Amino acid sequence: MADIKLTDVNKIYGGKVHVLKDINLDIEKGELIVFVGPSGCGKSTLLRMIAGLETITSGRLEIDHEHVNDVPPAQRGIAMVFQSYALYPHMTVRENMSFALKLAKKSPQEITESVDRAARILQLEPFLDRLPKALSGGQRQRVAIGRSIVRDPKVYLFDEPLSNLDAALRVATRIEIAQLKEQMPDSTMIYVTHDQVEAMTLADRIVVLTVGEGIGQVGNPLQLYERPENEFVAQFIGSPAMNLLPGKIIATGKQTTVRIAGGGVAVSDAPSKSSDENLKVNVGVRPEDFSETKGDYIFEGEVDIVEALGEVTQLYFKAQKGGDPIIGKLAGIHSGLRGETVRLTAEPNKVQVFHEGKSLYYR
Amino acid sequence: MHPALQGLITIIIGVGGCLGYFYFSNQILDKVIFPPKKNDAGRNINRANAVRPWLFLLPAIIALGLYLAYPVFSTLWLSLTDRSQDNAFVGLANYNQMFNEPKFWEAMVNNMLWLIVVPAVSTAFGLLSAQLTDRIAWGNIAKSIIFMPMAISFVGAAVIFKLIYDARPVDQAQIGVLNAVWLQFEGGTGSFLFLKLLPGIIVLSFAGIVSYIGWLTLKPLLPGETNQGGGLMAIARLIAVVITAYIIVRSLLLAVGIMSSSLPYGEPQQWLTLPFWNNFFLMIVLIWIQTGFAMVILSAALRGIPEETVEAAIVDGANPFQVFFGIKVPQITGTIVVVWTTITLVVLKIFDIVFAMTNGQWETQVLANYMFDKLFRANDWGVGSASAIIIMLLVSPILIWNVYNARKEMQ
Amino acid sequence: MDGMAGTSSKLTWAVHISAVLLVALWLFPTVGLLVSSFRTADQISSSGWWASVFSSEQRTVIRTVDPDDFRIEENSAFAVTGDLFAADEEKEVIAWGTSSREVEAYAPGDLVDLGDGESITVDSEGTYSWKGNEEQLSGRGKRVFATVVSPPDFTTDNYERVLFSGDSTDGMAKTFFNTLTVTIPATIIPIVIAAFAAYALAWMQFPGRAILIASVVGLLVVPLQLALIPLLQFHNNIGIGKGYLGTWMAHTGFGLPLAVYLLRNYMVGLPRDIIENAKVDGATDFQIFTKIIIPLSFPAMASFAIFQFLWTWNDLLVARVFLIDATGETTVMTNQIVELLGTRGGNWEILATAAFVSIAVPLIVFFTMQRYLVRGLLAGSVK
Ligand SMILES: Nc1ncnc2c1ncn2[C@@H]1O[C@H](COP(=O)(O)OP(=O)(O)OP(=O)(O)O)[C@@H](O)[C@H]1O
Ligand SMILES: [Mg+2]
Repeated sequence: MADIKLTDVNKIYGGKVHVLKDINLDIEKGELIVFVGPSGCGKSTLLRMIAGLETITSGRLEIDHEHVNDVPPAQRGIAMVFQSYALYPHMTVRENMSFALKLAKKSPQEITESVDRAARILQLEPFLDRLPKALSGGQRQRVAIGRSIVRDPKVYLFDEPLSNLDAALRVATRIEIAQLKEQMPDSTMIYVTHDQVEAMTLADRIVVLTVGEGIGQVGNPLQLYERPENEFVAQFIGSPAMNLLPGKIIATGKQTTVRIAGGGVAVSDAPSKSSDENLKVNVGVRPEDFSETKGDYIFEGEVDIVEALGEVTQLYFKAQKGGDPIIGKLAGIHSGLRGETVRLTAEPNKVQVFHEGKSLYYR
Repeated sequence: MHPALQGLITIIIGVGGCLGYFYFSNQILDKVIFPPKKNDAGRNINRANAVRPWLFLLPAIIALGLYLAYPVFSTLWLSLTDRSQDNAFVGLANYNQMFNEPKFWEAMVNNMLWLIVVPAVSTAFGLLSAQLTDRIAWGNIAKSIIFMPMAISFVGAAVIFKLIYDARPVDQAQIGVLNAVWLQFEGGTGSFLFLKLLPGIIVLSFAGIVSYIGWLTLKPLLPGETNQGGGLMAIARLIAVVITAYIIVRSLLLAVGIMSSSLPYGEPQQWLTLPFWNNFFLMIVLIWIQTGFAMVILSAALRGIPEETVEAAIVDGANPFQVFFGIKVPQITGTIVVVWTTITLVVLKIFDIVFAMTNGQWETQVLANYMFDKLFRANDWGVGSASAIIIMLLVSPILIWNVYNARKEMQ
Repeated sequence: MDGMAGTSSKLTWAVHISAVLLVALWLFPTVGLLVSSFRTADQISSSGWWASVFSSEQRTVIRTVDPDDFRIEENSAFAVTGDLFAADEEKEVIAWGTSSREVEAYAPGDLVDLGDGESITVDSEGTYSWKGNEEQLSGRGKRVFATVVSPPDFTTDNYERVLFSGDSTDGMAKTFFNTLTVTIPATIIPIVIAAFAAYALAWMQFPGRAILIASVVGLLVVPLQLALIPLLQFHNNIGIGKGYLGTWMAHTGFGLPLAVYLLRNYMVGLPRDIIENAKVDGATDFQIFTKIIIPLSFPAMASFAIFQFLWTWNDLLVARVFLIDATGETTVMTNQIVELLGTRGGNWEILATAAFVSIAVPLIVFFTMQRYLVRGLLAGSVK
């Protein structure tokens, strides 16, 4: 129901710690945006700044075309779900859910209606008269979500809402959130998470935050996966991380050919100019995009460790000098490769080329 | 009007006034001064929120300032003026007068005696009872009972112990338990064991502990050791060593005195009138009250010690005493210091017990009672305030230490 | 360490015995007071309280009834019979005598010849029979020196006297209400003030916060002795003089540092998310305080309340300086007891009862709320 616009937003703690730098972001009405990034990069800080719980050092924040930098949280039309649920321990579920409405002086009838509706959506009806301590983690999480639903806010803010749940419950609740979003197509949601699967499955767009360098990339999940703008995003999205192989451009044009230091040749669909010849670049290939070959190869090496996961087999190659070990992920079972020399290659449109950290696809 | 009703009305007015202040001042702030009107709602709410902390703090700041901070300075000023000369400034005359009074020095010496004995004995008993009660099934009941005197007023305790110290003429039955026990001693071996050997050993072991502490303090100053903290620390250490040496000498003399004294067996004693010893009979009252406090805190600290360290020591072959003194006590030294300083603060302010039991007669004067005497009996505000400032000076090292720690913790 | 192999049982016994001794030593004084408060003045002064739980032996002098009125003539001889004790007294004579020099000369039941045909006998239940001629049995009753064993005997008379004897100087009823009038507001007001201040110091942002916190820690140890004269002057200047209002204010001021310190420490530990969530929910600071912080800080407030209650109830100094005026109308219990110690130092039955009345309420509070008291102590002193 609202669009959010951040213009040159900065956050500096105590005059020294520059946590968020020049954040520019447009969030459209009805979108589900996910913030990801390494721990300590300022995801929570950004979310709390949108909520009004943290002051904005400089820059401008608009919600619904209204400048809200100095508007207190309650007046911003937002609701927030905390990682720790933040349920009021001395209030029953019903009281927890009606607290905000009571403060807003809604009529008792109205309050009961909203709470009952939210409880029905989230299947919380049996627990309405219990105290939070008598609920399981998943139920508490649903109460926290229910508490935000009853307020019917313009924007929902979630800060790692599922990270305290066990794996199975996390999947179930994630699906619930996705369904919730479908039921409320007009509400804007901002969701902070560590979990890539959550990010990829839930997000309309993902915002990757870097440590102290502002936004790494904004885009829909597959775009981020297939065409990362820079090495940071490339390595952050996907697990295991994308392999980076240093090399030198030897042919330019619609496709770019790179000779990898100490071995093979990589061909990428990334375009390049003739002046790029001999440019030092890094070639990026995701482990799952590698396939075994007998012919031309991008990488050749001796297999150090084999992890057979059944569905796939992960091959770890001896680390090149100073670098991370190269990892390949082959479908199916490949036993007996340990100690063998294996050649790997990849399709040109799956090969990224980075110059000074930036992808050639985006020049 | 019935006193109960009258009391009730005064209570309602007092408490209601206090609650009313907070409610209405916040209402006025939000509704009248900075009303969240349409166009500048956000700004007004923010302004109200900037004022609100002070609204919340105002009564506390006034009360603390007026009732604790201001009196410190006011008393300091009073101690430099003379009331009988129309509050004229007299410099240090009051202090001079006070330092020339034997009663003041008596109070000083007694207070120092209290400062050494009460915290030490209370902490020791507290540690002992914590250790004992933590190991038995009925420990919680035992703890409750030892902790109970905490709830009893000093005055109530004074009555309780006056009964214990009561003395009757020799031909009547003794109703004070101490005299009843005392009359059981007739100078035989039992008397020697309990009244000479045992106290002598206690005093000697106290001297031993003090010498050990003194040695630990002195050690860094000896050649060949590294002295951290520079010159100031070295001076502080030297002073501490001199004080401990004094205490050691005094307690050795005391031990000799105990061993060689001839005791008046068979005569009921007016315990509270025996000079020097009566101080200890007063201290027992405070020790009785404070031990429970020490026990509760030390017991929590003992239970906080990681079980593995104790188990490791047992596996290494330590006996229970080695475990206690070698493993447990070192791990709770921080807590022991806290308990010690807390009791020290209580001792410095001790008033009611002395006031109710001897009122400073028979050489039992202490500073707080001396001050009360000067202020309200002699009506000498100058000297009274001067003695209050002495008490303040005695607590200020603890004050500085606490503030220093609190600031460090907040970083 | 329980159940560890080879734990010696001797040591366990030593621990139990030492603990019993320690507990007995600590309990003994209070029990003495309690027992004494249930004894009569005579009982207290004739034997130690520890003897009262057993049968007590006592030497008394009792006169027989007046022979001129009660003698009975039998065959020209006269006899006086009666009982040394009142009908409801369950006492037993174990020895008796007729002269102060030999008080234990005879056993119960002995028939003693007093010369000239005069005789007397006393049996163990105290019934006596005194015989002789008209001249011998005249004048005053005969003195009997009896060594008497009486069973434990307790009375609630002292309490009736101390609690319900109206306005007499021994009466504690009025002082009880006076103490309550001091105590209740002096407990509640600092909690209210401190709770607001503690919340501001814990959760609100404003300049000067760190300095304020440090000052509170510093004021924690300032001796209240310093405050007596300046505040008395101040109270006189603003016209409230000696009275309840000044006493409440003094107790509030003196109790505040601990209250603010304890409550702030507790409130800082409350989860930040809950408070922020309330902000997002639209609660103002005042609403957060009353609806979230207060209910959640109950344990800390309870423990401070107990401290402050005990301290104000047991206080003597503040009451003497700020409350009790020349009329003595507003005397509190502790002061009353000190006065009794002066005027009735020997009347242990009154003293013990009055003292026990004054410590009964704190003891009840102590035993019912001990949990909070311990928690507060630990929060206040252990880092
Ligand atoms: N009050 C503060 N003062 C100074 N620095 C702070 C403060 N609050 C947070 N920071 C710093 O700001 C950075 C960002 O914190 P933030 O909580 O936003 O990280 P995050 O991305 O949410 O991390 P995580 O994924 O671990 O939750 C951190 O380095 C943190 O140390
Ligand atoms: Mg975070």
